[in-house]
Amino acid sequence: MSHHRLEARDLSFSYPDGHEAIKNISFCIHHGESVGIIGANGAGKSTLLMLLTGLLFPGSGEVLVGDVRVTKKTLPMIRQRLGMVFQDPDDQLFMTTVYDDVAFGPRNYGLDEKEVGERVMKALDMVGIPHLKDRAPYKLSGGEKRAASIATVLSMQPDILIMDEPTAGLDPKSRRKVIELLKSFEHTKIIASHDLDMVLETCKRVMVIRDGQVAADGEALKLLTDAKLLDSCGLELPLSVQGCPVCSNHIG
Amino acid sequence: MLKSTQDIHRIDINNRETQGAALQPCPKNLNRDLILLMASAGDSFYNILHLDELARMDTSIHRVHPLAKLLVTVAFLVAVSSFGRYDISGLLTFFFYPVTIFVLSEIPAASILKRLLLISPLIVGMGILNPLFERQTFILGGVVLSTGWITFLSILIKGALTVTAALLLVATTGMDRLARALRMLGVPRIFVLQLLLTYRYISVLTEEVARMQRAYALRAPGQRGVHTRAWGSFAGQLILRSFDRAQRVWQAMRARGFTGDYNIGEDTRFKFRDFAYLSGWIFFFAVARIFDVPGFIGSIMTWLAKH
Amino acid sequence: MHMADALISPAVGGTMLAATAGVAAYSAKKITYDIDEKKIPLMGVMGAFVFAAQMINFSIPGTGSSGHIGGGMLLAILLGPYAGFLTMASVLLIQALFFGDGGLLAYGCNVFNLGFFTCFVAYQLIYKRIIRKGITSKKIFVASVISAVIGLQLGAFAVVLETLLSGKTELPFGTFVMLMQPVHLAIGIGEGLITAAVVSFVWKARPEILEKAAFGEAFGNISMGKVLAGLAIAALLVGGVLSWFASSYPDGLEWSIEKTAGTAELEQPGGIHETLSKIQDKTAFLPDYSFRESEGESGGEAEAVDTEESAWPAVSAGTSVSGIVGGLLTLALTVLTGLIIGGIKRRKRKAIA
Repeated sequence: MSHHRLEARDLSFSYPDGHEAIKNISFCIHHGESVGIIGANGAGKSTLLMLLTGLLFPGSGEVLVGDVRVTKKTLPMIRQRLGMVFQDPDDQLFMTTVYDDVAFGPRNYGLDEKEVGERVMKALDMVGIPHLKDRAPYKLSGGEKRAASIATVLSMQPDILIMDEPTAGLDPKSRRKVIELLKSFEHTKIIASHDLDMVLETCKRVMVIRDGQVAADGEALKLLTDAKLLDSCGLELPLSVQGCPVCSNHIG
Repeated sequence: MLKSTQDIHRIDINNRETQGAALQPCPKNLNRDLILLMASAGDSFYNILHLDELARMDTSIHRVHPLAKLLVTVAFLVAVSSFGRYDISGLLTFFFYPVTIFVLSEIPAASILKRLLLISPLIVGMGILNPLFERQTFILGGVVLSTGWITFLSILIKGALTVTAALLLVATTGMDRLARALRMLGVPRIFVLQLLLTYRYISVLTEEVARMQRAYALRAPGQRGVHTRAWGSFAGQLILRSFDRAQRVWQAMRARGFTGDYNIGEDTRFKFRDFAYLSGWIFFFAVARIFDVPGFIGSIMTWLAKH
Repeated sequence: MHMADALISPAVGGTMLAATAGVAAYSAKKITYDIDEKKIPLMGVMGAFVFAAQMINFSIPGTGSSGHIGGGMLLAILLGPYAGFLTMASVLLIQALFFGDGGLLAYGCNVFNLGFFTCFVAYQLIYKRIIRKGITSKKIFVASVISAVIGLQLGAFAVVLETLLSGKTELPFGTFVMLMQPVHLAIGIGEGLITAAVVSFVWKARPEILEKAAFGEAFGNISMGKVLAGLAIAALLVGGVLSWFASSYPDGLEWSIEKTAGTAELEQPGGIHETLSKIQDKTAFLPDYSFRESEGESGGEAEAVDTEESAWPAVSAGTSVSGIVGGLLTLALTVLTGLIIGGIKRRKRKAIA
C-alpha cells in the first residue's frame, strides 16, 4: 500500500516577509497511521499542513503522496486523496446548505449528479448527520458544524485525512463525539492540535514541532508523558496524565 | 439545542430522536443573544434568517420549479408596472396573485406585510409629492382633489404588490434554488457562485460586526455611533478580517478541487405541473391586464341594482 | 436611493436590465480570463462585508445623528471595477429579494445607478486618475470624496431620468432634480469621507491590497475608449428604445396596452371584444385619456379651468360609483378565494391526520 504513504523531504518554507516558518523538516507517514502534530502557537503547524496539502509550495524540499510529488500539475489528483479539514468550520462550509457543501468537492471532480448524491449521503451517514442535509450552515451548532465540515472532506473519499484543531471551540460532549468519530475512521490521519488529551486518545504517533523544526517524533504515549520535552516546546502534560487535583493535594 | 448535541451520534440513523429533530422545520439553534443584537442593530440579518426558514417549508407552492416561480414573478411585475398612473381599478385584480400564494404556501402574511411597512422611503416620498405637483383635479363625492392623489394611490398599490411578489418569491423558493434558476437562465457561473457566497457570509460577517460594535460600545459609553476618529479603523479592521476570511475560504475551496469553474448542481426537471403553473398565471395576468375586471364586475352590479 | 418597481415602466426597466446584463456579462468574462479565480471568494466575502458594514452606525459630527454607507465606491477601490461591479450587483440582488429594496424589474436601474456609475465612471475616470502617480493619504482622501460625490450625483440624476421616462409620477423635471441632487450631494460627501477613512486605514495596514486592485489586473486593462464606447452604446440603446416607445405611443411613454387594444378593437365590427371594451370604456374608473385631453388643451390658466369640467365626461357619479363597487368586490372576491383555498387545505390536513 505504498500509495497511501505521505512523505516530506527536507521541507523549508519562508513567508514573503522573511519569516522562516518551516526549517528542513523530513518525515514519513505510512498507511493507516494516526499522527498528532503538536507545538506552541506559531511553531509552524498550520504552515506544515498547508505545505502537505499543496496550498503552499515549499521553498526547498518536496512532499510526496505515494510516489507522486506535489506540484501544480499533480495537485488535482493529490487533493482527491488528501482531505483537509480547516480549523474554522465557517471557512469550510461556504455554500448555502449542508448538502451543497458536501457536494462541492465531488462536483468539482465532474461526477454526475446521481453519484454526487450517493457520495453526499454516504459521507453524511458516516458523521451521523443525514437529517441536517438541507439545513443552512449558520443554523448548525458548533458540533454539527464540525461534523458537517468533516463530511465535506469525506465525500471526496480521500485516503488521508488532515485536520487542523478538530476539537477547538466545542463543548465537552460535542468534543467527545468528534473524538469517537475520529477514532472510528480507518483513514490515515494527521491531526494538528493543542488539545493534547484528544491527541493522546486518537493518535499512536506524535510529532512535536518547535520553531519550524521537528523537536521529537515518536510514540504518542511516550512523548506526551515527557514533561521536560513538552515544557521546552511551550506545552504541558495532557490533563489526563497530570495527577488528580483532589488526590495529589492530599498526597502533597 | 438539546437535540443538536445528539446529532453527531455516529451511525445512529435509526435513532428516532435525531430523526424527529430533522422533521422540525426551524429549530432554534441560533445564538439568542445574537438575534437580539441583530434586531436592534438593523434587522437585515434577522430578516434573511426568517425568509430562509420560510423557504424550507414544504407546500405545493414550495415544490413548484424555481424557474417557473421566477418567471411568474417577473411576468407579474411587468404586468403591474405597465399600468398607467391613473389606472387603479385594473390593478386591484392583481391582488389575487399574492393572496393565492400566501394561502397555498402557508407563509404567514404578517411577516411579509411587516416588511411592506418599511418599503423604501423613495416610493412614499415620491408618491406624496404628486398631489403637490399635479395641477389637474377631479371630483370625488363633491370634493375637489388633485389627480396627484390618484397617482399617489396607484404608486402605493404598485409598491405593495411588487414588494410582496418579490418577497414571496424568496420565501417560497430560497436562495439556493433561486441560484439554480438563475443558472438555467444563463446567468454566468461566476456571478451565481459569488452571489451564493455573499449570501452565505452575511451571517458570519454581521456576527463579527455585532461583536465589534459591542466591544466598542462597552468602551465608549454614551456615544452615538462610531466616532469620526474611529471611522477608518473600525470598518477597516472588518475589511482586513474579511480579506483574511476570503483567503481561508479560497484555500478550503481549492483543497476540494475548485478551479474557478463550478457546477452548482441541477434542479429537478421542468415538469408538466410547473409548465401549467407558469402558463396559468401568465394567462391570468394577461386577461387581468387587458380587461378591466373590476370595472366589468362593477358595471354589472350597478346595472343589477338599477333593475 | 433605490429605484422601485412601483415607479418604473416595463420599457425603462427592461432596457436597463438589458444594459446591466451586458455590462455584467462583460465583467464576468473579464474576470474569468484576466483575474485568478481567487477573486471569487473575495468578491463573495466583500459582498457580505457591504451588508455588515451597512449595520455600522457612523456618527456624523455636528448633527448628533448617525448614518451608514452604500459601499459601491469602496468595492470599486478594493476590488477593481469589474469585480466591484459584479459584487455590487449581487448585493443589490439580495437587497431586492430579501428586503424589497428596489425590486426585480428595477434591478437593472439600481445596478446601473449604484454600480456602473461608481465602478466604471467615478472610479475609472476620477479615482484612478488621481491615484495614478502613486498613492498618498492626501490623494486617497481627495480621490475618495470626489469620486463618491460624482458617482452618487450621476446615480441620483439617473434616478430622475428613469422615473420621468417611466411616467409613473408627474413631478416637474426641474423640481425633481432640485430635490434629488442636493440631498445626494450631502450623502455623497458623507460616503466619500467614510470611504476615505476606511481606504486610508487599509492602505496603511495592508498596502498590497490597494496596489493589487489598482495597479494589478485592473489597472491599464480598461481603456478610456472602451468605457466611453460602453456608455455611448448604453445611451443609444436607452435612447433608441425609449424614443421608439415615445413615437409608437404618442400620448407619452406610458405603455398603455389597454387603450391601444380598446381603440383597435372598436373598429372591428361585433364580437365579444367589442362589447367588452365598450363596457370598459363606459365604466373605466378614472380613465387615462380624459386627463390627457385636458393636458393637451390647457394652453393657459383660464382655459385649463374651463376645460376641466368638460374634460370629465366619463367620470359621472354613476360610473365612478360602479368603479369603486367593482374594485371593492374584486378585493372581496380575492379574499374569499383565499379563505376557501385555506379552508380546503385545512380540511385535507385534518383528513390526513
